[in-house]
Amino acid sequence: MTTRTERRVGRTGGLIGDSPLRPDGIPKLKGEFEYAQDLTAAEMLWGATLRSPYAHARIVSIDLAPALAVGGVHAVLTADDVPGRGTFGLEQPDQPVLAGDYVNYWGEPVVVVAAEDQDTARRAAAAVVVEYEVLEPLVDPEEADRRDETFRRMKIRRGDQDITGDVIVDGYYEVGMQDQAPLGTEAGLAIPDGHGGVDLYATSQFVHVDHEQVVASLGLTSDQVRSHPTGIGGAFGAREDVNLHIHLCLLALHTSKPVKMVYHRSESFTGHVHRHPARMWYRHHADMDGNLLRVEAKVLVDGGAYASTTGAVLANACYFAVGPYRCDSVTVDGVGTRTNNPPCGAMRGFGAVQVCFAHETQMDRLAAALDMDSLDLRRRNALATGDAIPTTGQIIETPLPMTEVIDSLVAMPMPDATISDSPLSLPGGTGLTTEPTDVSRGVGYALGIKNLGFSEGFDDYAQARVRLTAEGATVETAAIEVGQGLVTVLAQIARSALGVSRATVRNVDTSMIDSAGSTSASRQTQLSGGATLEASTRLRARILHAYNGDDLDDDGVWSEGRLVTPMAEITEGSWEETATFRHPATTEPDENGQGVIHADFAVAGHRAVVDVDPELGLVRVVRVDTAQDVGKALNPQSVRGQIEGGIMQGVGLAIMEELIVEDGIIRNPNFTDYLLPTILDAPEVEALLIEKEGSWGPYGAKGVGEPPIISSAAAVAAAIRDATGRPIDRIPVRPQDIALL
Amino acid sequence: MIVSFIVNGEGVTARVTTPVSLLDVLRDQLELPGSKSACEQGECGSCSVLLDGALVCACLVMAVDAEGSTVRTVEGIASEGTLHPVQVAMHEAGAVQCGFCTPGIVVAAADLFDRDPTPTTDQIKEAVAGNICRCTGYGAIVRALESVAGERR
Ligand code: FES
Ligand code: FES
Repeated sequence: MTTRTERRVGRTGGLIGDSPLRPDGIPKLKGEFEYAQDLTAAEMLWGATLRSPYAHARIVSIDLAPALAVGGVHAVLTADDVPGRGTFGLEQPDQPVLAGDYVNYWGEPVVVVAAEDQDTARRAAAAVVVEYEVLEPLVDPEEADRRDETFRRMKIRRGDQDITGDVIVDGYYEVGMQDQAPLGTEAGLAIPDGHGGVDLYATSQFVHVDHEQVVASLGLTSDQVRSHPTGIGGAFGAREDVNLHIHLCLLALHTSKPVKMVYHRSESFTGHVHRHPARMWYRHHADMDGNLLRVEAKVLVDGGAYASTTGAVLANACYFAVGPYRCDSVTVDGVGTRTNNPPCGAMRGFGAVQVCFAHETQMDRLAAALDMDSLDLRRRNALATGDAIPTTGQIIETPLPMTEVIDSLVAMPMPDATISDSPLSLPGGTGLTTEPTDVSRGVGYALGIKNLGFSEGFDDYAQARVRLTAEGATVETAAIEVGQGLVTVLAQIARSALGVSRATVRNVDTSMIDSAGSTSASRQTQLSGGATLEASTRLRARILHAYNGDDLDDDGVWSEGRLVTPMAEITEGSWEETATFRHPATTEPDENGQGVIHADFAVAGHRAVVDVDPELGLVRVVRVDTAQDVGKALNPQSVRGQIEGGIMQGVGLAIMEELIVEDGIIRNPNFTDYLLPTILDAPEVEALLIEKEGSWGPYGAKGVGEPPIISSAAAVAAAIRDATGRPIDRIPVRPQDIALL
Repeated sequence: MIVSFIVNGEGVTARVTTPVSLLDVLRDQLELPGSKSACEQGECGSCSVLLDGALVCACLVMAVDAEGSTVRTVEGIASEGTLHPVQVAMHEAGAVQCGFCTPGIVVAAADLFDRDPTPTTDQIKEAVAGNICRCTGYGAIVRALESVAGERR
């Protein structure tokens, strides 16, 4: 008889709270992991896209003949060739698959081509002659606001609207247009099935919504399209909207051949949406003790030419406009404008990033006006469980350890005060621009809050299926692994909940399982993790019931310490459970923006230490420390990976990453001119995970992907302000904002 | 024209009709898609390979210029089923997320340790300063490579 003590030997790690090795790690390290860019199929054609060279124009005529004359070309398609609805969009289907009478932004797709190789496809696309009547683009979002060219307006009114504080602080802030710049560009392969349908393998964060949009825009039936999860090189929001997906399916169905497309980098910069640039006007009122009495804000985000997720980003920006603070008198007006600028949509932090820079700068200024320590001011007003979200009035029901975050952050050790003389550690780096004696050091703090999961009454769910076979447990899901480690954590949940040591995650297409929802809004660990936990728990209960047992492990079913049925016998049968997990329901806002708008919240705080060369306006971020509310860290190594990666993107937003748009045209759509942080820009990072269980996520876990970017950018800006005494009211901070060149 | 060179120890030939890069030939003709294309202009290091022992961006090398050379790609870093210490350390440190930067970093770091088994942290950073990683924030990459240097000391 096997005894209970021996049975424990079977459970070798990989459980909840462990940090097992990623199952896709070795293939990625050996160059064997297959990304969308690497897919091939027999007789495959290559696709290419002709894009608008103008931000706004009427299409007078299109002459396809020169493209069709290129040898090896199989199809040259325009809007006239698009069957079905012909438009797509996440919030409203307002964007044409291919431009019809007008082009509304620079880079808008006009013609798609399929040819025998990529070079031919690109040459053929370039050969198409389009005659445009150039029109005046609308590029000033404030003008768009005045003309009521908008995707959404938000009005939030809470509490007494006539309060005035003893101390009033006004501010105006701007955030530039950041790009997700995932390292893998958009890529995909569509394979016709020979019966009028198509299989799509393309970069995505949400295959079910891609599927829905392909079906509707091309007039197909649901069962004619299968969208398959595919290896992708990062996402950060850039893959929530479709881009090449519909074009690929259109070309594949038209040519009856597999068609592949890969965007080159500059095309990628026009082929996906960006973080919304924002303009924000603020007024904070407080009493002499530093109690926040009233906050008034106007938030403008420019959505560009098409809706994408502008409505939801704007709403988020407005809901978190006050930050993680109590305040009972709030006025927020928001507008998401429609212009001829590049379309903007989802990027990590989704609206909360922009307002965080504004509300945290306001808090620092308020503290200065009150002659108070800025952390004391924040602590005094910090939100806690049981408080109302200041904008929506929603009572916070789950743990919200804002005070613990502040206290932990303050207690973390500061870096050595001496300025290193290593060139790698100085502003300007190996450019050798700066002597240690030129350097001025600054420290800045910022706190942020973000909703988890989809909000405003959206039916947000994820489905997962768990099977038990002789090979162990398999979790089937359509949830997208973007690099964050979902394939690791879902297996950890299955192992822990089911009781077996072998578990793997298998991605399946849209015909094989219901939606997992989007890999965004920090939601997959909670939602797909929740579904995996529920399916595993139910499967375990069914097996125990079937064999009259009280425990299950690799050996089989146990009862009162005795093995009653060995695993080999159990797995002769077919065991699977499918579960659909929903987070607590939310409501749409009422006319004042009030309601139970969000499913859950997470908070974090950042402390940035920067070295600045004030004469040249150069910045080096020395260190960023953080404390983050994670609920429960299911995989501490992955959580740390999200924190460090998110902070790096926050540092990028604070000091270098900005798409420069002039008259609607992106001036720096390449990695030479759109600056991304390198390893030499990476600060030291220390992270404290605040674990307070009680959220509805599996084992009390909260989403962790977005909080790292929300307040890190604001903390870096605050540190630069501290080092230089400059106002720093826009990010990215440019040399001229520091040196006043 | 026909270009002949050695990749990961094997002689190969490629037919080159247009001015294509070594990266395109590796990926599209020689079935070696491990080297990644992410910027096509020498800014990200995703396409890093060793050309006659020198670290280069394969996107910047014309395929015809590889004639007669010896190329080592990420697929040739692990030898006979044994991972390179850099690969092991990166796996253990959590230095791989989406993995798109990973092949380039593996090649650049393996090259560093082949030249200097015990580099300092600054030397490690300089060696991979041409490799952009958008996911990890670099912390885990530094820890991984420091651990390789530490073990060799
Ligand atoms: S693809 Fe060669 S350096 Fe970026
Ligand atoms: S792991 Fe994604 S770019 Fe480095």
